[in-house]
Amino acid sequence: MNPIPLRLNRRQAAAMAILTACAAWQATPAGAAPGDSKVLQIAAPWEVSSLDPAKAGYVFTRMQVSETLVGVDAQGALAPALASAWEVSANQLVWRFRLRAGSRFHDGTPVTAADAVRSLERARANPGVLGNAPVQKISADKDSVVFELSRPFGPLPAFLAHASTQILAPASYAADGSVKAIVGTGPYKISSIQPPQKMEVERFDGWQGRKPAIERAAYLAVGRGETRNMLAGSGQADLVFTHDPANFERLKAQKKLKFQSLAIPRSIYLKVNAGHPALKDVATRRALSLAIDRAGIAQAVLREPRAAATQLFPPVMQEWHVPALQGLSRDPAQARELLRSAGWTPGPGGILQRDGKPFKVTLRTFSDRPELPIIATAIQAQFKEVGIDMAVAIMNSGEIPGGHKDGSLELALLARNYSLVPDPVGTLLQDFGPAGGDWGAMNWTSAALRDAIAALSGASDANRRSVLRGTIATILQAELPVIPVLWYQHTATHSTRLANVSIDPLEISYRLDQMQWAGKD
Amino acid sequence: MGGQGLSAPAGATAGLWQALGVGALRLLTRALAVAGIVGVISFALMRSLPGDAAYRIAAGRYGYDIVDTAAADKVRAELGLDNPWWQQLAAWLGDLSRLELGRSMVSGEPVIEELAHQLGHTVGLSLVAWCLALAIGLAAGTAVALSGRGWLDRLLGMLSLGFKATPTFVLGLGLATLLAVHWNWLPAAGHGDGTHLVLPALTLALGLAAGLSQVTLHRMRQVLAAPSVAFARTKGLPLVWVVLRHVLRNTAVPVTAYAGMQLVLLIEGVVVVESFFAWPGIGHALIHALIARDVPMVQGTALCMGLIFVLLSAMVDGLCWLLDPRLQAKG
Repeated sequence: MNPIPLRLNRRQAAAMAILTACAAWQATPAGAAPGDSKVLQIAAPWEVSSLDPAKAGYVFTRMQVSETLVGVDAQGALAPALASAWEVSANQLVWRFRLRAGSRFHDGTPVTAADAVRSLERARANPGVLGNAPVQKISADKDSVVFELSRPFGPLPAFLAHASTQILAPASYAADGSVKAIVGTGPYKISSIQPPQKMEVERFDGWQGRKPAIERAAYLAVGRGETRNMLAGSGQADLVFTHDPANFERLKAQKKLKFQSLAIPRSIYLKVNAGHPALKDVATRRALSLAIDRAGIAQAVLREPRAAATQLFPPVMQEWHVPALQGLSRDPAQARELLRSAGWTPGPGGILQRDGKPFKVTLRTFSDRPELPIIATAIQAQFKEVGIDMAVAIMNSGEIPGGHKDGSLELALLARNYSLVPDPVGTLLQDFGPAGGDWGAMNWTSAALRDAIAALSGASDANRRSVLRGTIATILQAELPVIPVLWYQHTATHSTRLANVSIDPLEISYRLDQMQWAGKD
Repeated sequence: MGGQGLSAPAGATAGLWQALGVGALRLLTRALAVAGIVGVISFALMRSLPGDAAYRIAAGRYGYDIVDTAAADKVRAELGLDNPWWQQLAAWLGDLSRLELGRSMVSGEPVIEELAHQLGHTVGLSLVAWCLALAIGLAAGTAVALSGRGWLDRLLGMLSLGFKATPTFVLGLGLATLLAVHWNWLPAAGHGDGTHLVLPALTLALGLAAGLSQVTLHRMRQVLAAPSVAFARTKGLPLVWVVLRHVLRNTAVPVTAYAGMQLVLLIEGVVVVESFFAWPGIGHALIHALIARDVPMVQGTALCMGLIFVLLSAMVDGLCWLLDPRLQAKG
């Protein structure tokens, strides 16, 4: 095998190798240029899958390209956006939203009420929040948009803060009614967009409000958490949303990063089929709740002790969170006692049984939110300690509403967003209606709760609303049609070269217009 | 082995045209067969997934928070998901025969337009990665073979084994941690200018180069030991010319064939790498389409990857044919 006559010396061998390499090499431009320093780089997991506001519209409102009629202020209260003011008729059936005077679309055309009606009608026809409001007619009247309702509905302004109701210019729509471009009214306009991953925006000179300090920003959809961590850690992205808890801890060693972790109005809970023979009595449901070690799961999975839920609504929902409620906590001894009182006796293998049937249930969950399967298995182990044999089935999210409909669902673990619209009453109406809700109660109903929710959506007196909200929270805590487990934490990091960063817990806006480069005025 | 000279056999032009015709026909048949098989298999696999596709598609469109039974029913009616499976498959095959790939169930855009956008990114990335792999693999293999040093051989063997055994995902994570986070030389994700291409291409290339360097090394050793090389040396040809005229070409045939085989790995790796580096190519689209149960997009992307594979392996066959006079002689 040895090549006897020729043995190249090292230099010849190296020259030969380089020559060969050059033959095959096609130039790849190298060198470091991670982003223009004047562009604010944002990385987040959500893809710009479509231009249609019904599909990925939240990306355009978060980037402040388009506006909804109603917005929220820093405290999460409703605030004027494209509508400067609104009023409701005495009979609560007609709402008028007056458009901000002088506002213009990014193509320079003035915003008219008819333009707004067109966008809103489109939103109403698509799945989304507006279709769930009792709207009969939307019309234009001079500089106002008029909603006629079939019954009083207090949360309407909150529904109009949802991204699917954003107002786009007539030039946004193709002849067949589909959206071909996003021509909005926000302080930033799109300079380039490459679905599904990239969007670049620049300051809109026709913006009437205070001129934003940040001139240009770029949005990059980065699906993998590891990749987002690297973008944050390297400083290549200035603002990164959603870190997985374990890596968030690790990133904290970075000195050039600032960390934001805040509770958002999203709860993780167990949806319970209250019609299931094993789960129908309140005592059993309370025992399940007592068996769960929320503090342990919060610490181990979310790395955030404050995430342990003591009631359904997190403290960030100030109006809904009732501090006086006795909090849900862990007490396996009391759980066993309650189960005994409900007729469960120890059976073979330590599994409880009642009427000769073992306490066997299946919990469905899904992996769209990666922590859900982990939490599910933790609960599985904790239930086992009190004698409940729970299987975990990781399926696709549709199996939960599907199982609700065909009755096959027993338990489900899911995360519910109460900030789809800033007023959660819309979500509660869906979740705790007479037939339960796809993501809420199942085979459980409470006339008192339904009355309170219905009264709330029509009530306008602040005191009365507060009492009703307290009633709702109390009934849910006593009956446990859903068993709260955790309150969600929203994580974000930003580089120290960025100042005035604040994170919107409702995830309606990234508030780019308020940010500035550090070290500048 | 070797020493057959560089001139092609007589009548090469006629032979070339005939061979090209046969090759094109074979390519077309292969492409059609792949299209049919890939389409039917991906359709069947998607159908066999548990759960209700209407919910999944609706979740892909509107976000699962919004999705309830009403939204899923609307999607089902709109897309005809209730139709019998054979009708859905026949509709897709019918569309395909008219070169239409249907519309994405999630975005509503024509699949062909989405693919056109992604194809460029994937082909670009794959080509750069492949060339990079050839460059690294050939250079390493050649250098070690010509140096004739045992420790270099063992080092290359160990490195190759290491890179080959490392999952693409881990390799990407390691490279990005080093080159993007630690040294901040390269962007960790995204696309735009050429720098974005380096990390994903290098990740793909290192895995491929591992095998290539070994094949190059062993083949080149064989060739160097051949009598023809000894003869060329004896007749006084300078070493550089020996290598360039005799060794390289003889080494090239098995290496090219092997590089062609590596395309399978490349296409597999593209799916992981694109998703990791947020590269908007077909592999990335395939993953998203799978999660969202977007059957037309899955069929479209799988079809596209299948066809790329057919095309590339045909190119490799052609290249081998051009490089190896023995194949040409066979016709």
